[in-house]
Amino acid sequence: MSVRPKAHTLGPKPPFWRDRAKRALIFQVLLIAAVAAFLLYIIGNTQANLAARGITTGFGFLERTAGFGIGQSLIEYSSQSTYGRTFVVGLLNTLLVSALGVVAATIIGFTVGIARLSPNWLIARLASGYIEIFRNIPLLLQIFFWYFAVLRTMPSARDSYSLGEVIFLNVRGLYLPEPLFESGFGLIPLTFGVAIVASIALVVWNKRRHEATGKRLPAGWISLALIFGLPLLVLVATGVPVTWDVPELRGFNFRGGITIIPEFLALWLALSIYTASFIAEIVRSGIQAISHGQTEAAQALSLPQKLVLRLVIVPQALRVIIPPLTSQYLNLIKNSSLATAIGYPDLVSVFAGTTLNQTGQAIEVISMTMAVYLIISLLVSMFMNWFNARVALVER
Amino acid sequence: MRDNKNKWLLLTSAAALALGATATASANTLQTTIDRGAVQCGVSDGLPGFSAPDDQGDWQGLDVDVCRAVAAAVFGDAEAVRYISLNAVERFTALQSGEVDVLSRNTTWTTTRDTTLGLNFAGVNFYDGIGFMINRDLGVSSATDLDGAAVCVQSGTTTELNVADYFRANGMTFDPIVFDTSEQTVGGYEAGRCDVLTSDTSQLAALRIQLSDPDQSVILPEVISKEPLGPVVRQGDDQWFNIVKWSLFAMLNAEEMGITQDNVDEMRNSDDPDIARLLGQDGNYGEGMGLDANWAYNIISQVGNYGESYDRNVGMDSPLQIERGINALWTEGGIQYAPPIR
Repeated sequence: MSVRPKAHTLGPKPPFWRDRAKRALIFQVLLIAAVAAFLLYIIGNTQANLAARGITTGFGFLERTAGFGIGQSLIEYSSQSTYGRTFVVGLLNTLLVSALGVVAATIIGFTVGIARLSPNWLIARLASGYIEIFRNIPLLLQIFFWYFAVLRTMPSARDSYSLGEVIFLNVRGLYLPEPLFESGFGLIPLTFGVAIVASIALVVWNKRRHEATGKRLPAGWISLALIFGLPLLVLVATGVPVTWDVPELRGFNFRGGITIIPEFLALWLALSIYTASFIAEIVRSGIQAISHGQTEAAQALSLPQKLVLRLVIVPQALRVIIPPLTSQYLNLIKNSSLATAIGYPDLVSVFAGTTLNQTGQAIEVISMTMAVYLIISLLVSMFMNWFNARVALVER
Repeated sequence: MRDNKNKWLLLTSAAALALGATATASANTLQTTIDRGAVQCGVSDGLPGFSAPDDQGDWQGLDVDVCRAVAAAVFGDAEAVRYISLNAVERFTALQSGEVDVLSRNTTWTTTRDTTLGLNFAGVNFYDGIGFMINRDLGVSSATDLDGAAVCVQSGTTTELNVADYFRANGMTFDPIVFDTSEQTVGGYEAGRCDVLTSDTSQLAALRIQLSDPDQSVILPEVISKEPLGPVVRQGDDQWFNIVKWSLFAMLNAEEMGITQDNVDEMRNSDDPDIARLLGQDGNYGEGMGLDANWAYNIISQVGNYGESYDRNVGMDSPLQIERGINALWTEGGIQYAPPIR
């Protein structure tokens, strides 16, 4: 290898604007300064404007009494609670519908996506029919459909549909019996925890044994039996310390039990079904992205079909599936703000709606709401990126 | 669709507050209005009797007449108004950011709104109170029997607060079912999503006649709060504040003096000094507001006096048939009272 002579070894040092690295640094510093100056100007100008118009600013309003009711709350809330608490109530309602929506959309999406590849003509056509219908109708319309066309046509409280006189469905929502735990019930979560720890230990031990001796137990099934069987056994042994609070028609409405409001049902159904149609396509494309040669190679090693899927197809498909799946989860969370169209008390409806109006602190409320969606989305993104890094193909 | 529009309006209004130059804060609303050639007036999203488009697409109502009165005073033309339909949530932001010059949208005058939002209430054009409407079949005759009821209410209104107070004060519970627009609220009530529809009693009367079977619903006798409704302007422009305030007062004074749309031209020749001052025949009382002497004459000849506006929009000549009650003039047992023109 020959050593190239260094250029410019003689003569004066070049001026700094000729140095690419220094130039880049200068531009970056200038850009950051410009952005910072712009932000400072915006904030200063907003404050000056608000002050000039006699509009109260600041976050002090969060500690004032809200004075209005909210239809669904996961935490203790009354009209005597503060505006700050309305924020938490709205946030939790948003998270509830988003989390349940993500779970349901994933289950439906994976099922439909795999069904679409089924060799069974009917199943495959049903799956593609599902995808084409729900993917191509705007989400807001679907929410309206579930809310106005389906749930609004349910009978009144007095003529509810009932299932064995314990579950009721009417225009006010779905009423389920609520389990009330008596003393002695504490044992059950305890055994549940023990069973989970034991299962993990079993899986680890099984893996080591498999690597050392080649022998293997059906650890998956044993764990499943442990996790569900053991608590059930304890439940029976302690004489089932649970009573059910069955909803009952009293006065205007059903009292007791758990009420699932129709606004929640409509939003959850629409979000899940709509997002699932996209997830199904992502799953199908992920699976189809694995060349058929991989399957054939695995079969040539005489792996059973189950292991072909588990060890060859799915791990490779996942790295195609996960990045677009993340976007779908983010979409679902952000779309949950359409709740306000049907009056589900989510963050936008409660906080950026009622609270904003009662306090008039538009800038504070809107920035808080935007920050919440940004933070939730970034957290979901971070988690999915971490998960993606785990399943990503490691090139050797 | 309209929700997107609403969000957009709210966001642009917030952005206007953030980006707008400070100078606009003290801007001369009268001059801006004259340059534009029309008064931008914030009205409701459709409340018959107060502000709603008629079958020709023209806005009509008691609140709309305030906008028209202001336009008549400023331009001598009651039609020089641009109406902007606002829901309860976006109304104050729209006014604060200059989207509208005056908000005349059945808005309750409260301390918080008057003192912390940078707004001023220019008077009261309707004294109202919150009531309940309920299905006749439920057999409820008093609001104190409403324990446990599901209550439909519109988001962002004082109703939301007053209902919560009322149920708590009476040791009762309720399920609030909150909707964005009055149309959705009524829809929820009709579908049986809630037992009770609650709003200002005047609105209940207006909403009731829109139901498919109005006779099936009754309005309970209790009125649980004070709801003085009136036009609102931005704080810090006293000239504009005065124009809106005195446009309303001119209508009230005209009724008190017996000046109507029909007889206003004859009344111009009246010897009564009060009438002469109001109609600009004796001095120019519009001068202090930057208006000409005919400001009140224009209002009365084009919009009418308060009583005419009331009867036409919400009173006995309208489908709502709301009695004058406390909205009668002070001389007739009500509490509508305007300071004198002098």
